[in-house]
Amino acid sequence: MTTAPRPTTPEPSDPKPAAREPILQVRKLVKHFPLTQGIVFKRQVGAVQAVDGVSFDLFPGETLGIVGESGCGKSTVAKLLMNLEEPTSGEIIYRGEDITKLSGRALKTVRRNIQMVFQDPYTSLNPRMTVGDIIGEPFDIHPDVAPKGERRKRVQDLLDVVGLNPEYINRYPHQFSGGQRQRIGIARGLALRPEIIVADEPVSALDVSVQAQVVNLMERLQDEFTLSYMFIAHDLSIVRHISDRVGVMYLGKIVEIGADEEIYSHPTHPYTQALLSAVPVPDPQAREYRERIILQGDVPSPADPPSGCRFRTRCWKAQERCVVEEPLLAVPEVFRGTAGPAEHDSACHFAEEKQVVPPEE
Amino acid sequence: MATSVELSTEEGGTDGGPLLDVRNLHVEFRTREGVARAVNGVEYSVDAGETLAVLGESGSGKSVTAQAIMGILDSPPGFVTQGKIIFQGRDQLKLSTEERRKVRGARMAMIFQDALSSLNPVLNVGEQLGEMFTVHRGMSRKQARAKAIELMERVRIPAAKERIKSYPHQFSGGMRQRVMIAMAMALEPELIIADEPTTALDVTVQAQVMDLLADLQREYNMGLILITHDLGVVADVADKIAVMYAGRIVETSPVHDIYAKPAHPYTKGLLDSIPRLDQKGQELYAIKGLPPNLLHIPPGCAFNPRCPLARDVCRTDVPPLYRVSQERASACHFWKEVLGDDSAPADDA
Ligand SMILES: Nc1ncnc2c1ncn2[C@@H]1O[C@H](COP(=O)(O)OP(=O)(O)OP(=O)(O)O)[C@@H](O)[C@H]1O
Ligand SMILES: Nc1ncnc2c1ncn2[C@@H]1O[C@H](COP(=O)(O)OP(=O)(O)OP(=O)(O)O)[C@@H](O)[C@H]1O
Ligand code: SF4
Ligand code: SF4
Ligand SMILES: [Mg+2]
Ligand SMILES: [Mg+2]
Repeated sequence: MTTAPRPTTPEPSDPKPAAREPILQVRKLVKHFPLTQGIVFKRQVGAVQAVDGVSFDLFPGETLGIVGESGCGKSTVAKLLMNLEEPTSGEIIYRGEDITKLSGRALKTVRRNIQMVFQDPYTSLNPRMTVGDIIGEPFDIHPDVAPKGERRKRVQDLLDVVGLNPEYINRYPHQFSGGQRQRIGIARGLALRPEIIVADEPVSALDVSVQAQVVNLMERLQDEFTLSYMFIAHDLSIVRHISDRVGVMYLGKIVEIGADEEIYSHPTHPYTQALLSAVPVPDPQAREYRERIILQGDVPSPADPPSGCRFRTRCWKAQERCVVEEPLLAVPEVFRGTAGPAEHDSACHFAEEKQVVPPEE
Repeated sequence: MATSVELSTEEGGTDGGPLLDVRNLHVEFRTREGVARAVNGVEYSVDAGETLAVLGESGSGKSVTAQAIMGILDSPPGFVTQGKIIFQGRDQLKLSTEERRKVRGARMAMIFQDALSSLNPVLNVGEQLGEMFTVHRGMSRKQARAKAIELMERVRIPAAKERIKSYPHQFSGGMRQRVMIAMAMALEPELIIADEPTTALDVTVQAQVMDLLADLQREYNMGLILITHDLGVVADVADKIAVMYAGRIVETSPVHDIYAKPAHPYTKGLLDSIPRLDQKGQELYAIKGLPPNLLHIPPGCAFNPRCPLARDVCRTDVPPLYRVSQERASACHFWKEVLGDDSAPADDA
């Protein structure tokens, strides 16, 4: 359906955000954590290749979802964007400037515009600080945003925005439920009126009924404040719900990236296909329909990733070429110029479209 | 598959009765802050070869019910105050500690979420698996070792012969969970209770493990209680489902029916609030409010402060488990309204 060449449609009706200017451009980002020497065997000291050449754009007002299994480097990417880790190499360009090279005042200004919401509402909030202090803390670092006299009012406004009672300002984190604590984390993230929020598994620790409340809140705030989200999660259903575009990571690399429909309904990378097919769908009718791809084995160690394609040790399509030649993240040749939904970046030598998620009713 | 949810008050016999029949089970924790009523009249049953999924939010009493069935409740502070746990025709609550110990492991076994903390870190996996056979079956160490290798092969651990000397921390999460499954399977029990067996695992590994569990269950015709909060996993593997809220079963149903037509507002809310992989959807439905504090469960229906259909009667009268059909039950006064039809008669359980 997608391989037949079709004329490319002219710009204006193009729903892809490519026409807009990205707010954030990540280029060839690398983070290797040095490995200390072994205890028994003195082998050459290696490195955990947590993030190894990741590139993507983030556009104003959009949500970019990042999915992938544990240890693939999602949180490390988030920390690099937040300047909580220093990259081994690569660029993070925010409004035309490489923020990895900035320091001092310039860096401080940039950091104000990129905020983070963490996974664990139980440990990411200081138990000895009141909610007011927690949400108002960013104002200490950036006093220009809210003068001393206005802070209390600002904090109460923020509580109101995230749907918490402004009178809770003097309470402590343990007096709140998980979902409420996540709202506090979001309020703090919003305090400085950032343009970008990096959310690392913001709802993973919450019960389904509470998850929906927080996801809805995040969507509402995005519209209200024109925020760009980078939404990291291992739950592919939530990512589909909230994202405009989705990137799939495996062992420190993005293996496929595209619009949400392109990734979920027209995946071309075998790993994406396996990942999607493994997600349990809450519909017993679908269990007859679905073809499951059960992958063999475990994810290899990021300290010693396979040569060529990193997925080849678990890929059912792997061939000699996959061992020797690394597939680059680009539109695979077979789909180039097809203008169909399979025409998106996928790092596979033998990319093929395969529908694994039942089509929408 | 079971033909009916057993709601009658007759004793489940050895012949014809379900493999496990839990009746009106009550468990409370007597703590310094007060009495937490964690389980308040749970009713469910499982047949041989059948998978019952127990679904519910954190703190709804899923694990505590399982612990009471297994006889491993943390007591004190936990106490079973009422009810019956009829397993293979015998009420477990009437057995001696020694008798229960014999049932445990041999006849019913449990798989926990966190394999690393449930396995012994200082024994290699071969020794741990072998112990099942030396202790329970009086085998020699050599025989037990052979059995352990066989088990590891059965749970598809590659290079079992070599890996038998590995310690739990040397395995990946998925492999550890396989070792746990092997331990549970060792004595070929009739019932396995798996408490969130894949929650800590990645989706692709989760799929491997669930696949294995389902195969083993089929092979040995075991009853399986699968505790989970993932509606997707339920739809994938379960025959029937029991939804828990505040220590009660609020709905039981064959799995097909519940997704198409839930009979309790809580189940309906849960189904509506999950985003779907195969659907983009607009705003998610969100159940308002929070689960109740077990020290102060609301009077009447425990769900009433969060329920869009709640009326006065819900705030005063505890809804019984109404029979919705031959195979379904719902603890809602207005289950017909939820179901969207008025044809079925309402009988009290
Ligand atoms: N400070 C560190 N030192 C050494 N290795 C690290 C460090 N931080 C992360 N790593 C390693 O880098 C890899 C990527 O980790 P990261 O936390 O980014 O993964 P993730 O995709 O967020 O996983 P999860 O889904 O489990 O959160 C892992 O192998 C991890 O062990
Ligand atoms: N040892 C204990 N002492 C006191 N209270 C306990 C104890 N064990 C469990 N409880 C309480 O019993 C209630 C039910 O807990 P249970 O572990 O069964 O929940 P659950 O449904 O399994 O939740 P989760 O999905 O989080 O595992 C909880 O409120 C819990 O705090
Ligand atoms: S490049 Fe080869 S090994 Fe990698 S995903 Fe494609 S087919 Fe599989
Ligand atoms: S009994 Fe009332 S409050 Fe409870 S679920 Fe039914 S309608 Fe809602
Ligand atoms: Mg992470
Ligand atoms: Mg539990």
